[in-house]
Amino acid sequence: MNKTIRQLIAAVALVVPAAGAFASAAGPALEKAPINVQDTESLQRGAQIFVNNCLSCHSASAMRYNRLTEIGLTEDQIKGNLMLATDKIGEQMNVAMDKKDAKVWFGAVPPDLSVIARSRGADYLYGYLRGFYRDESRPTGWNNLVFDKVGMPHILWNWQGEQVLETVKNAEGHEEHQLKLVKAGTLTKLENGKANTAEFDKRMADLTNFMVYMAEPMQVKRQQIGYMVLLFLSLLLLPLAYFLKKEYWKDVH
Amino acid sequence: MSKGQQVLNWIDDRFPLSSMLKEHVTEYYAPKNFNFWYFFGSLAMLVLVIQIVTGIFLTMNYKPDGTLNGAGIPVAFASVEYIMRDVAGGWVIRYMHSTGASMFFVVVYLHMFRGLIYGSYKQPRELVWVFGTLIFLCLMAEAFMGYLLPWGQMSFWGAQVIVNLFASIPVIGPDLSVFIRGDFVVGDATLNRFFALHVIAVPLILLALVVAHLIALHEVGSNNPDGVEIKKLKDDKGIPLDGIPFHPYYTVKDVLGVAVFLIVFSAIVFFAPEMGGYFLEHPNFDQADPLKTPAHIAPVWYFTPFYAILRAVPSFAGTQVWGVLAMGAAVVLIAFLPWLDKSPVKSIRYRGSKFKTMLVLFIISFIGLGILGALPSTNVRTLVAQIFSVVYFAFFLAMPFYTKNDVGSTPVPTRVTMSTPARQVRFAVLVVVTLVAATLFAKFI
Repeated sequence: MNKTIRQLIAAVALVVPAAGAFASAAGPALEKAPINVQDTESLQRGAQIFVNNCLSCHSASAMRYNRLTEIGLTEDQIKGNLMLATDKIGEQMNVAMDKKDAKVWFGAVPPDLSVIARSRGADYLYGYLRGFYRDESRPTGWNNLVFDKVGMPHILWNWQGEQVLETVKNAEGHEEHQLKLVKAGTLTKLENGKANTAEFDKRMADLTNFMVYMAEPMQVKRQQIGYMVLLFLSLLLLPLAYFLKKEYWKDVH
Repeated sequence: MSKGQQVLNWIDDRFPLSSMLKEHVTEYYAPKNFNFWYFFGSLAMLVLVIQIVTGIFLTMNYKPDGTLNGAGIPVAFASVEYIMRDVAGGWVIRYMHSTGASMFFVVVYLHMFRGLIYGSYKQPRELVWVFGTLIFLCLMAEAFMGYLLPWGQMSFWGAQVIVNLFASIPVIGPDLSVFIRGDFVVGDATLNRFFALHVIAVPLILLALVVAHLIALHEVGSNNPDGVEIKKLKDDKGIPLDGIPFHPYYTVKDVLGVAVFLIVFSAIVFFAPEMGGYFLEHPNFDQADPLKTPAHIAPVWYFTPFYAILRAVPSFAGTQVWGVLAMGAAVVLIAFLPWLDKSPVKSIRYRGSKFKTMLVLFIISFIGLGILGALPSTNVRTLVAQIFSVVYFAFFLAMPFYTKNDVGSTPVPTRVTMSTPARQVRFAVLVVVTLVAATLFAKFI
């Protein structure tokens, strides 16, 4: 009993001062994700990519299928095209894969993705989805620029093709890591050594967009209501309160 | 006699309704020169009501359960997302509660600062101040326990770090921390008891203290920006010459304050509920995982000044208890202000340069510590935090010396003075300078 406590104290004592060391080692600069949660067509494309690819291993257990009617899909469309694991429209996006098996296969249980966009941010996801590169030292043969030693394989490699990690010197003479496409996929092109990844990037932006939407499905409505609330408060309550106060305070000098 | 008057008489014969209303509202005479700083008491009451009402609705759907559900998510964490998505209006109630927690500290810090600059804690208002300090203490406990409930990574590890502080107390520490957690690690038992304390025990004490705070205040009467006792000069009816009835004058004025506050509050709730990760921390959207220590455990912003003091004190004699003691003392010392301040005047307007200098240094230190406490520590930051901590304590401990006979060139007037445009401009400039300086410090430290 005492041993456990001592270990815990030691762990915390180590973590608190050491915290800075980890957090100050900044990862690669992330590109801004070109997303717009009001763009329902992009969200629909993202939803399609999400259920066809991510949902085989990752759950999104806070997300219900029928919620997708919010992004302009009909229940028939959802049932016909997006529901692979269940036939109940009100069901959550769960996975059938056994967690123990997953742990053995990938070294870690694939995390639930319901609110992942709120913990990591859109730019991180956009960078992660496009950041896989060949690394033979990893069990899966893949590594990731923004998530070193990631357990997940590059499941979209046939779309993106293969990237490798290159170390180059930047203008200031510091070494910098960057990715280079060496083998084109079905959505990328290599012409005269130049990579054209626009189509793949666009799909990853759609996927990121969907995950941002999924992390807080009410966010667009929240802002719409917010405008009404602020209009009411600033155009009605505030002037009313101001003139009432002024009227009452006329005789105070 | 009208029907209404008859009903009122019937009640008054059995319960002192009219006399209580008179004593505390319609014939409670408040100084007529209250300024901007005097909005925050009533706003704190408003936020308390918001927290209680939204809290009641949250408990209807929240489940304090740390076990994993079928999808491998802790039930408590999943129930918060359930509220956010499947409960009608759940998201706005939850955001009001999470924003309310932070805004509570915003208004309470400003309310305390008002007391500091106008000497509201000085004789005869010592007990008003002591009750207020106890309210602040309760508020910290309430916020800390409430923060565990979403059962995210920061909830879990924040609680782990803070409860472990108790373990550093000699002899009883280790057993005490197990007693607090109800387990050897923060777990389901901890979550359940923190829930009970957060929704019943602490709010009860908090409400009782708020009542005591107000009764004590109405017994002695409100202070004001001039620190003049308005009860000294009364007209032939016994009404203070500089006093105006709280209702309707300050009720209508506070409604104006409420309107402005609600605009700020709603702007956060509807447009920036995370407040850039300061009101809702990003890592707290990862479920609690006892096996995965986050790289950087940052407390929520309102605890950072005290957390920075904790980190600034080095461990010696083989124990870290000194930092814990310093952090505790930093809060407790506030309660002793009435007896540390030996100044013959209350308000900063009539104090000398020594107090003003110390106050400026104190504000710089407090805000500086708040910024440092949110950042991962480096050698430079630790050094700066140590300097600020020394200033923080010097402000309190040296107060009996620098406040003695420290009066300004203007004598305290006999009657209160009303706000002037020059004063308002000076105030606006000070606010802007403080904000700019804090932003620059946060950027470059």
